[in-house]
Amino acid sequence: MLPATIASLQSIVGARWVRHRRAELATYTMDGLPTRETVPGVVVLPGSRDEVIAVVRLLASEGVPFVARGAGTGLSGGALAESDAVIITLTRLTRILRIDPVARRAVVEPGVINARLSEAVLPFGLAYRPDPSSQSACTVGGNVAENAGGPHCLKYGVTTNHVAALEVVLPDGSVTRLGSPAGEAWGPDLVGLFVGSEGMFGIATEVTVRLEPIPASVETLLADFMSVRAAGEAVSAIIASGIVPAALEMMDQACVAAVEASIYAAGYPVDAAAVLLVELDGAGDAVAGEAEAVEAVLRRHGARGIRRAATPAERARLWQGRKKAFGAMGRIAPDLAVQDAVVPRSALPAVLDRIAEIGVRHRLTVSNVFHAGDGNLHPNISFDRRDAELSERVHDASREIMEACVQAGGSITGEHGVGSDKRDYMPLIFDAASLDAMCAVRRVFDPEGRANPRKVIPVHACREWRAGGVA
Amino acid sequence: MSDVLARLRALLGTAGVERDPDGLPRATPDSIEVLTQVCRVAHEEHWKIRLEGQGTWLAADAPADLALSTRGLDRVVSVSPADLVATVEAGATLEAVRRRLADDGMWFAVDPPGRPERTIGSILATATSGPLRLGFGPIRDHVLGCTVATGDGRVVTAGGRVVKNVAGYDLTKLQVGGFGGFGVIAEVNLRLRALPRADVTLVARGPRDALTGSARDLASAGIVPAALELLSPALAAEAEWVLAARFAGTDAATQSGARALQGVSRLSWQVLPAERSAGFWSVAGRALLGGPVTLRLGVLPDGLDDTLDMLAHHLDEGLVSAGAGGGMLRWTGEATAERLRTIRRTTAAREIPMTIERAPWPLRHAVGHFGAYREGVGRLVGGLRDSFDPGLSLQVALEGDDAGG
Repeated sequence: MLPATIASLQSIVGARWVRHRRAELATYTMDGLPTRETVPGVVVLPGSRDEVIAVVRLLASEGVPFVARGAGTGLSGGALAESDAVIITLTRLTRILRIDPVARRAVVEPGVINARLSEAVLPFGLAYRPDPSSQSACTVGGNVAENAGGPHCLKYGVTTNHVAALEVVLPDGSVTRLGSPAGEAWGPDLVGLFVGSEGMFGIATEVTVRLEPIPASVETLLADFMSVRAAGEAVSAIIASGIVPAALEMMDQACVAAVEASIYAAGYPVDAAAVLLVELDGAGDAVAGEAEAVEAVLRRHGARGIRRAATPAERARLWQGRKKAFGAMGRIAPDLAVQDAVVPRSALPAVLDRIAEIGVRHRLTVSNVFHAGDGNLHPNISFDRRDAELSERVHDASREIMEACVQAGGSITGEHGVGSDKRDYMPLIFDAASLDAMCAVRRVFDPEGRANPRKVIPVHACREWRAGGVA
Repeated sequence: MSDVLARLRALLGTAGVERDPDGLPRATPDSIEVLTQVCRVAHEEHWKIRLEGQGTWLAADAPADLALSTRGLDRVVSVSPADLVATVEAGATLEAVRRRLADDGMWFAVDPPGRPERTIGSILATATSGPLRLGFGPIRDHVLGCTVATGDGRVVTAGGRVVKNVAGYDLTKLQVGGFGGFGVIAEVNLRLRALPRADVTLVARGPRDALTGSARDLASAGIVPAALELLSPALAAEAEWVLAARFAGTDAATQSGARALQGVSRLSWQVLPAERSAGFWSVAGRALLGGPVTLRLGVLPDGLDDTLDMLAHHLDEGLVSAGAGGGMLRWTGEATAERLRTIRRTTAAREIPMTIERAPWPLRHAVGHFGAYREGVGRLVGGLRDSFDPGLSLQVALEGDDAGG
């Protein structure tokens, strides 16, 4: 990076908020993806919306690429930059600008932590629903970029269903507002297009989110099964019954064993092949009835035991194992490749069998903890990245798992994004014309391709870009 | 014109091409491939295309060299009850899809205004959600993916067939509510729900402000029905304003919801018998065809009263259906271009976008479906339009002459 560029950045945000020495950059060489490491040219931490805009304008005038970054918890290598690019970290923009309890909206800066937003609106009896497992650290801006999900998205929808309006800085430094407080668009649905664009259309500087009333009652059940297939069939049966649980999560035996051996032990039966965690919520009396109906479905499909949380403390304990499952797996090996794929619910049992087979064949420890209700799998492969041969097997198995999910009619990512990790899988689900259309849309927002370069779309797919000589 | 007819007949055969009542050649392709070929030829020949579904919602009246109908693409391609997903072609009618899904206990939980023979493509392209938007979300929430033919004849797929998917940019969002300006929707993957075991509707009548006040009370009590719609007297064919609540789901949930509603709201609620409930909503939706112009305003519930006063001032009370629980207001009546521009300006100043959902072509052309763009939006929309319809073959008045931006 040119010294003059660094000096200009320093003049905008102050010298202490520009990181360019090797040791300072170390924090930003990775995100939640353990298999990729790149050193950015510079990291800049603007302290306000105006500073973000000034930084983007400066980089536009100098033709420098940039990568917007929140807490760096993303799992697809989306928040990584190479030496030619500047990371713009948004974690200093932490203000909740407005809470409107009547309209059920909050307006926040992109660096607000997901869980903090929910805490802030709790006194009004409201909640911000998307709840990724990293919610205690991840930012709303990052959630917008990735269209983040979470366990409770089964009933309440993912981030895109909860964003009404955005203020965004486009890569050329111009500022525009998309959407309206009610959620209706000024023209085509550009908010819907922007959410999930993985930082490649610009940077959201202000996010207007929808809030939901906290349901009057909640029931949480844990059921254990002696076969993964039976648990998978129970999932389909619950959905088909017309009851929409707030969450419907599955953990397999490997995952349960890891959790129960850790400090997060939740009392899950370690001899079960799989456990299902089902949460129901809604208005008072109906929920208890739905819980009974779900219990009946679970038993009909071979649940061996069913526990129902009697107190909030018990509920928290049942959830603890699920929420901390990734942490618990740290006991198995130093690194964890958290995969993310989606299959039609009906394909769950067959795909889980296939994943187990792939794991065995590559001599890998695969554990599954996932959002069964919407078919969103997280096969996790424990490994040690210092072992090159092992890492290679992880890579090969990951690709085979993706292919199996696509063959079953699914997708290569349900909530973690494509980033740099899954870019090469995109042709598994999109043909050349469709990838080309994505390139064209990106070009409308970012003609020079400077925002989060080399992510999501395989470069060779962008035929016109190639013809124009821009990579 | 005979040139167009001959070229189209060469592509589609005689059966796939006819003249519409105005003498315009109308192509009715029965496959996505042929649909795409028609677009490609039109693009090469600089022909303007008028898009048509059943023509029951948005009039098929745009001036063009040919009409392109989706009626030949009316298959329900696949349904998967275990996954609650269906793939249907764009020309399938809502009624046909509804009946097919009900056979398997499934439900496409949307209730757009207009007639039941509206096509799925029309509902998606115009993003016309109805009262169920409160409980089940706007149209965009029900669409998992789609295949479109671009204006220059490319086939582009977006999204997928699974309920959760973040692979690539969400191009489906551009098509839902794009009025066909970004391509012709050919096939869609729909997110379904299990057919509700119980479906209860309650209605209350009274002065408008009493009803909106009661809706606010319900909101503060955290009571969210599947629909909570405010209907104007003209629309409901009643002497007073009507507030209608709908609960759909399991027996226990609907009963509990209806009880809670009656506990909180002091209005006098009448429970509609099950056999009258479906008819009530369908009449209300159809009544919105009772005038030449329909517009929707993205208003929050607490802005409803002011906005309705404003509409009554500039136009008339009209046929109104408004989301008393979640916002969004739909108005049908007579209006001039000048009045529509005034309303768009006035509402824009209040952060309320106005979309012209239906109007005769001269009005659409003058005012545009969209307008009062925020700074920078016009450039983005223009760029997107150019990407998906580079020759502007698709005769869609996304913007009038007041778009700004």
